[in-house]
Amino acid sequence: MTIAERPNHDLAVPLDESDGAALDLEPTRDEIRGKRRRVRATTLDDRLELAGSALSALCVIGLIYGHLLPLNGALGFLVLWYLAFVGIYAVVVSVSNPRPIVIDRLVTATLLIASVIVVAALASAVIYTFVKGWQALTNVRFLTHDMSAISPTAPLSQGGILHAIVGTLIEIAIAIAISLPLGLATAVYLSEVGGRFANIVRTVIEAMTALPEILAGLFIYVVMVVGLGFPKSGFSVSVAMSVTMIPIIARTSEVALRIVPSGLREASNALGGTEWRTTMRVVLPTASAGLATALILSIARGIGETAIPLLVSGASSFMNTNPFSNPMNSLPLFIYDAYVTHEPIAIERAFGAASVLLIMVLGLFVVLRLLTRDRKGTR
Amino acid sequence: MTTVSVAPSDEDLAPRLLSPGLERSDRIYHGVALGVGLGVLVLMGAIGVFLGIQSIPTLKHYGFGFFTTAQWQPELDHIGIASVLIGTIEVATVAIVVAFPLALLFALFITEVAPRRVKSWLVSSVDLMAAVPSIIYGLWGFFFMMPHAILLSRWLSQYMGWFPLFKVNTDPNAATWQQSSYTSSAFIAGLAVAMMAIPLACAVMRGVFDQAPIAEREAALALSGTRFGVIRTVVLPFGRGGIVGGTMLALGRALGETAAVLIIISPAYGIKFRILEAGQQTISALIAGNFGNATSSQLSALLTAGFVLFLITLGVNTAAAVVIRRSRSGAGTEL
Repeated sequence: MTIAERPNHDLAVPLDESDGAALDLEPTRDEIRGKRRRVRATTLDDRLELAGSALSALCVIGLIYGHLLPLNGALGFLVLWYLAFVGIYAVVVSVSNPRPIVIDRLVTATLLIASVIVVAALASAVIYTFVKGWQALTNVRFLTHDMSAISPTAPLSQGGILHAIVGTLIEIAIAIAISLPLGLATAVYLSEVGGRFANIVRTVIEAMTALPEILAGLFIYVVMVVGLGFPKSGFSVSVAMSVTMIPIIARTSEVALRIVPSGLREASNALGGTEWRTTMRVVLPTASAGLATALILSIARGIGETAIPLLVSGASSFMNTNPFSNPMNSLPLFIYDAYVTHEPIAIERAFGAASVLLIMVLGLFVVLRLLTRDRKGTR
Repeated sequence: MTTVSVAPSDEDLAPRLLSPGLERSDRIYHGVALGVGLGVLVLMGAIGVFLGIQSIPTLKHYGFGFFTTAQWQPELDHIGIASVLIGTIEVATVAIVVAFPLALLFALFITEVAPRRVKSWLVSSVDLMAAVPSIIYGLWGFFFMMPHAILLSRWLSQYMGWFPLFKVNTDPNAATWQQSSYTSSAFIAGLAVAMMAIPLACAVMRGVFDQAPIAEREAALALSGTRFGVIRTVVLPFGRGGIVGGTMLALGRALGETAAVLIIISPAYGIKFRILEAGQQTISALIAGNFGNATSSQLSALLTAGFVLFLITLGVNTAAAVVIRRSRSGAGTEL
């Protein structure tokens, strides 16, 4: 074996063999480029071990499950499959690898399985909603009519959820108008102005992001309906939504503002810009994609709140475009009311409305991906 | 021609102020920002104060018995939150027990294992999971998950029924088993709530894991550590604050979750620790379910229940926020 054929360009190559061989040791550019090692690459062995273990575990459990074990059900099958897989995989890997690597492989496999479970649960929720809602959604009247003078047990060809869609859109629009300026100003305060209270405000904001929506609803009920004599209406819903949306906007925006390079701020100040102008003309535009993310996340949270309209608006079956008087229906409330009847046809309507709600949320996320793909580093 | 006195006055000789104070526009800007920031504080305080004021009549009327009575029978004037408090804690505990490992492992997968292209999709999916309305998880849980989950409930009660929590008041080994004894339980509601707790915990954990110092990671790899070695010696110690804080934030969310619980659980009152058995109630579902047809005194009782929920979630969430904030300062690393 000549030195040139050695797989590694080892530093410990003996130099006394011959001049020609020693010259061969100098790797050419192409050699370096061609042999650049991929640090996280997997070999064929690794992949086959993984696939083989999964397959053999499937076969073993498939054989004994239901025949030898007194068990049934898909859930138990998957759990046993996983356990058998872990056992077989551990044995297979330990044939040719030391213990730390065996542990590493098992941990990686566990991480993968957990991720698959989470993603599968999410996907099943989304897909199941659409499948069950398909019947209602494909009905033209479902999206173009309201439920006035139509009983919940009427067939799908009658009535629709237009009033709930319009109600949701009006409520969320008002909620954005309230919460966006306030949330953004709070974020600017935390990130750009700062001061003695910044830390405590930040802590409270963080705590408020997990404030139960029902408490926001109760609070607005006590203040606006009981205290100020405001009627139960769409506007009350918007205000209560804002209570839950402000912390989300503030917290997410603050993260976006904090990663704006301070060099930009200093450059603006050095050119004589006041802090106000620096914030408005430099910091906020730079962070705009992150701010859009904050807004979209908060909208997604806001349109899904159920307890709030339940408490401070109440349902209606007819179209109401005036947010200041009379109950205003919204999609989550429509879903809940339809569910409570326990009528099969109403449940189908509920799934139809749930699909519309999901389409709105998914639409927001498509916008979000488009925004964050263009400008990296703002998230 | 008049001569202007050029002799410098004392004022001119005084050293110039290097920080000349703020422009007027900036003073307004600072004032407004501070005002809004404090306004948010006031808002949070106002929630507590208003709910607190509204609950005074109830507490006067029922006294301490409000916390020890398990029944909710307004017509008999027999009202207390002992059972719903326990129910709330049961549902939240189930949710966290399920959500914590999944969120932790998923967050580790996102930061440590997933290739770059997949990573951004997984991050989006966590955000999406947080954004799916809870009422949709409720419908999904009731119609899709429950038929599968009751098999798990039955299995647990069959083999671990000796443990009081998992006992169900029916014969789990009967040939035709009583399915309705297992439906709409605290356990199943907890599973649905876990779907909302996972993304919250996962997002916080992922954020902290991503900040684990790259130099320490590389040091661990250079010492021929495996991927698990890096996780164990660098990522987890660095992210401890985020793990604890994220889980507590998710716990706060789980304690107050309304719509999904309202759909799945069938209301039942009484001190009850058998989480697999049908029937239980939580504070938030109690409020949402009874709000519509409540008289004014019942309303006050519901507001009091809400006030208790507020105090619990405020405590949990604030503790979580403090833990997360501490961990963000990067304490514990010298790089």
